[in-house]
Amino acid sequence: MANSKRISAIILIIVIATFLLSWIIKAFNLEGSPNNTGLWFSIRDAFFITIAAFLTLAIFSFLYKDNPYYKFAEHLFVGISAAYWMCVGFWSTLIGNLVPNISSSLSTFFRVPYKGLHFTYFVPLILGIILLMRLSSKRGWISRWALAWIVGTTSGLNLIRYLRTDFISQVSNTFIPLLVDWKGVGPFFSHFSLSSTGQFAMTLSNWVIFIGVFCGLIYFFFSKEHKGIFGTASRVGIWVLMITFGASFGYTVMGRVSLLVGRLTYLFRDWLGLIS
Amino acid sequence: MKKQVPLTITFIVGVVLILSVFFPPVETWGEDFSLFFDIIAVFAFFLGGGNLIRVHTERIAKKKKDWGFSIITILGFLIMLAAGLFKLWNPGDISADVAATGSLFQLLYDWMFNPLGATMYSLLAFYVASASYRAFRAKNRDATILLIAAFIILLGRTPLGMYATGWIPESFSVLQIPNLAIWVMTSPNLAGQRAIMIGIALGVVAMSLRLILGVERTYLGMDID
Amino acid sequence: MTNIGLIISFLVIGVGLLWLFILALKGREVDRRIIFIFIGLAVSVPLLFRISFSEKATPIVRDVFYKIENLPEGSNILLSYDYGPSMAPEVEPMSNAFLRHALAKNHKVFIMCLWATGQSLIATAIDSIIKREFPEKINGVDYINIGFKAGGQGVLNVIITDFRKMYLTDVDGVNLDSVPIFKGIKSLKDMDLLISIGGGFPGVKEWILFAGAPGNIPTAGGSAAVAAPLLYPYYPKQMVGLLGGIKGAAEYESELKKVYPQFANMPTPGIAMMGPQTLAHLVVMAFIVIGNIAFFVNRRRKP
Repeated sequence: MANSKRISAIILIIVIATFLLSWIIKAFNLEGSPNNTGLWFSIRDAFFITIAAFLTLAIFSFLYKDNPYYKFAEHLFVGISAAYWMCVGFWSTLIGNLVPNISSSLSTFFRVPYKGLHFTYFVPLILGIILLMRLSSKRGWISRWALAWIVGTTSGLNLIRYLRTDFISQVSNTFIPLLVDWKGVGPFFSHFSLSSTGQFAMTLSNWVIFIGVFCGLIYFFFSKEHKGIFGTASRVGIWVLMITFGASFGYTVMGRVSLLVGRLTYLFRDWLGLIS
Repeated sequence: MKKQVPLTITFIVGVVLILSVFFPPVETWGEDFSLFFDIIAVFAFFLGGGNLIRVHTERIAKKKKDWGFSIITILGFLIMLAAGLFKLWNPGDISADVAATGSLFQLLYDWMFNPLGATMYSLLAFYVASASYRAFRAKNRDATILLIAAFIILLGRTPLGMYATGWIPESFSVLQIPNLAIWVMTSPNLAGQRAIMIGIALGVVAMSLRLILGVERTYLGMDID
Repeated sequence: MTNIGLIISFLVIGVGLLWLFILALKGREVDRRIIFIFIGLAVSVPLLFRISFSEKATPIVRDVFYKIENLPEGSNILLSYDYGPSMAPEVEPMSNAFLRHALAKNHKVFIMCLWATGQSLIATAIDSIIKREFPEKINGVDYINIGFKAGGQGVLNVIITDFRKMYLTDVDGVNLDSVPIFKGIKSLKDMDLLISIGGGFPGVKEWILFAGAPGNIPTAGGSAAVAAPLLYPYYPKQMVGLLGGIKGAAEYESELKKVYPQFANMPTPGIAMMGPQTLAHLVVMAFIVIGNIAFFVNRRRKP
């Protein structure tokens, strides 16, 4: 126990010493660079660059195992992100949209154009305050009124939009020609090729889309037992869905790796200066 | 009060927003209701912040596990809040952009929020790689199809795919891996995603109707029957 | 540098993978931290040796490019920065490329965001791209930053009919009525192209659902790779085109460089990231193959 505390203390001293060393070296580098903006800014920017690098490494340390440095970074992130959204939301929407419609003196103070007193805007103000009552265990039930507004809005908006764009339009877009650029059997075979822009490839694509959508929807129809022709169509649907998930997995790998490349680029370029 | 008022609010708001699509006179109401929703959404951010403070102060007060880190959370929260609400170091006046260059708010975003958030998500790259080694097994035909599709995409979305199959002549270019990857995305993937999308759309429509009509009440909480 | 780097990368990773393969065949459990080191090396080595490849735009990316390219000069383009730090490495190259392209074509650029984190990113983009590379562009005349509004699809539902109901001023508090760029702009329907860059909620899908499709406004997307496959059903009828992940960004950058010689020396982070991306993909594929071979061999070995 005493040994592990000693090791932790040594690690902490090393981390702090490395931080200070990195800060000093970075400040000298920035001061000596062609874009030098003065000693104070070099020290300040070096501090921030070093902080960002150490926070990055603190998060990466989780890959070895959970540790206090990771916990520190994680807790800091939680606090900062909550405050960030509050501040931006406050200035953009509360001051930008609510204040101009409820108070001329506040509008003058915050220098936003006053649009006149609109009593209807007291509705979201009151509902918003009611929403905050959720923090109270005794009176929290009243926050459901504000939640009801949120649920009603999203339901009302989603119903029509999803129906139009994600249902009707998608079904309509599936009605595609199953014979592309059709000029007859003769020309089809005489000009046959496996070119990606050729007639065969485009025709095959349309067949795959049409049958794929159809069979995929059949798979999701659980009110009928998947037997016989229905079962076969459902099986084809599963294969199409497997290709879909495989494609999604491939893209997911690409996406996650890009994020890692981004962070390592920061460490190698901005912090360590190993790449330009 | 606990049940009827929220159900009525949901019904009125939902119906107005649906009618605003079909009846121009109601369109303004629909816009206003959306605007009110946007304003209430900001209070939800404040609720989140308030809840954070409550949870972490309770942890500190009761000296629960890792309570020391809760101090970090609250300190970070308060510093960022002060920087944003009071526009500290902001070069402009009170109406200036809260994220103006040189402001403390933007500096904290650039050098703390950004690195922390980006690195947190970049950890996933390692876990995806670990999962690839340990978990992805071609145990049956379906899994094999999934892995083959994944391989085509992984190869096709990099220049290696072109280097590997660039020698294939134009008349067989559909077999070139990049073209195969494009074909996988624009044909079977499109078909599968469309089928899922149609299914989800129907689910959203059904759920929205249930919520508006008050059949679905889970959002009101467990103590409402 | 690229060739030496490629050789070293393949050697280091190849030898490591071979060792892993032997371990797996012997049925020995490999600590996941070894896997982490592999993926770390697969990304670091190409970065340090600056391995990069040339890119060619695919049709879905070219469609977006030539949509912007073929719009008459001075068209209204809206860019929405719907992402945060969690997606920035992937989609920031796209947003920078869109900004450069639109400004090079002398289009009028309206910048906003549906994510609060987008506001800081817009400020950075304006400083690093517009003010630095296009100093002749005037805020309020050639471009404008109207910033963030909370509410996601609620915002879109308002601005599709009336911008000024939602946005009274730009981020600096300047009244929109006094800003030349907003003269004659009443709603999103006055935009010639909507471009949403993001990958979460709200994102490209919401722009299509709540703005592009109902308003019949051409909409294009720049999406994080995770969300890109979900958007293909909208192409090409509801979505002009799509940049999917860092590959999409790299393709767009290469097209931009090809068509605009003035961008020959512009930073191309998308193209630069494809080197590490390629090796990482190879490593992941190798892991899947090795893992499967080991699984089947060991399964056969067990009685």
